[in-house]
Amino acid sequence: MKPAPFVRHAPKTLDEALKILAEVAPQDGRILAGGQSLVPVMAFRMARPAHLVDINEVAGLDKLAVEDGKLIVGARVRHATFHRPAAPGPLGALLAVVVRNIAHYPIRTRGTMCGSLANADPASEWCLTAATLGAQMVAKSASGERVIAADDFFEGIMSTALAEDELLAEVRLPLLPDGTKFGFNEFSRRAGDFAMSVALAVYEIKDGRIASPRLGVGGAEPHPRRIPEAEAALDGQAPGDMAFRAAAEAAAAAIDPLEDAQTDASYRRDLVRAVVRRALEASL
Amino acid sequence: MSKKQPITLNINNRDHKIEVEPRKTLVDAIRDDCGQTGTHIGCEHGICGACTVLVDGEPVRSCLMFAVQADGKTIRTVEGLANGDELHPMQKAFMDHHGLQCGFCTPGFLMLAVGVLEREPDISDEDLLDVLSSNLCRCTGYQNIIKAVRAAAAEMRGPR
Repeated sequence: MKPAPFVRHAPKTLDEALKILAEVAPQDGRILAGGQSLVPVMAFRMARPAHLVDINEVAGLDKLAVEDGKLIVGARVRHATFHRPAAPGPLGALLAVVVRNIAHYPIRTRGTMCGSLANADPASEWCLTAATLGAQMVAKSASGERVIAADDFFEGIMSTALAEDELLAEVRLPLLPDGTKFGFNEFSRRAGDFAMSVALAVYEIKDGRIASPRLGVGGAEPHPRRIPEAEAALDGQAPGDMAFRAAAEAAAAAIDPLEDAQTDASYRRDLVRAVVRRALEASL
Repeated sequence: MSKKQPITLNINNRDHKIEVEPRKTLVDAIRDDCGQTGTHIGCEHGICGACTVLVDGEPVRSCLMFAVQADGKTIRTVEGLANGDELHPMQKAFMDHHGLQCGFCTPGFLMLAVGVLEREPDISDEDLLDVLSSNLCRCTGYQNIIKAVRAAAAEMRGPR
């Protein structure tokens, strides 16, 4: 239950961090941000990284700003930052609702949004949020920078498009227009536990009808994603029980459910049906 | 490979100059190297909350932080709550409301509750329940812990 030995690097600048990462990544070097997922798996000896590049002292990675209609969240920004609205308009309110479902308070004071995205747990609330809103991931390495769309970022269970020498330096979340409706619902066995299914619904109202619907589901497949079949069931409909039930049915039918010892496919579909409908009901 | 580094842990306003391997968790350093055994180790993977301490005023799981990461930071543990013989209002409230039985989880609950209430004295009751869901207790059934923290919150806020 104690982590295996490793060499810790504690760079102060991003350039220094990326240079060290380029050197140690081939020797199982990893980034250490909040450590709330990595340190437990190190304690279990499921991970035994030879090097850790601790980015907690890297200047500039605590950036939290609105630029060009997007909220920029740096790699050191902790979950707890979002307890209060961290962005103007509906986006700040949405993040404040979602964050309360992430583990527990003392985890949120250390864990980071970017760390959660890079870890890519299927049940991650931030991965669901990024996939649903169409976030952009800014990956930096010693050889440059690239921007990865959420649709291309998540590849599978705890698997992303990041190369081993790339740091997820920031995520960009689009601000939401005033009047945007949103709803979130998560099912887990205990408060703060991993989601067994989780849904986020975001839409606008035009002439009394749902417009530009985004409906994301997490915890049910290898990675969270938008469900086009459910969005089609909502688009142009009056917000209410009939449209919400149709979207929930469509989502339950559309997913390719993860199965485990406690959760067979039909149960997972039931959960998806329930969380989608509850998320939509919460949007009213 | 993983050689010891000199660090200074400031625990309850006292500097402890120690040497630790990078892999040593903060809770192990607090207990084994600094001799402050009031902070308990439960699960060692961030689930139980027994090891909760305040680092720069924020409650953290000290089993999920490496001691070297706390070098130069301000750490508060249960030993620092009482003022001499006078217990902290949170400690008194846990006694008055029977918020503990075996006491193993108590240091973690005390630091969690004190840390949150110092930062958010006007926290809503709903949010307080969410905070208290962070830690595990196998004796009390939680109701008396909730009562104790609510009572201490009122006292810490003081007369308005």
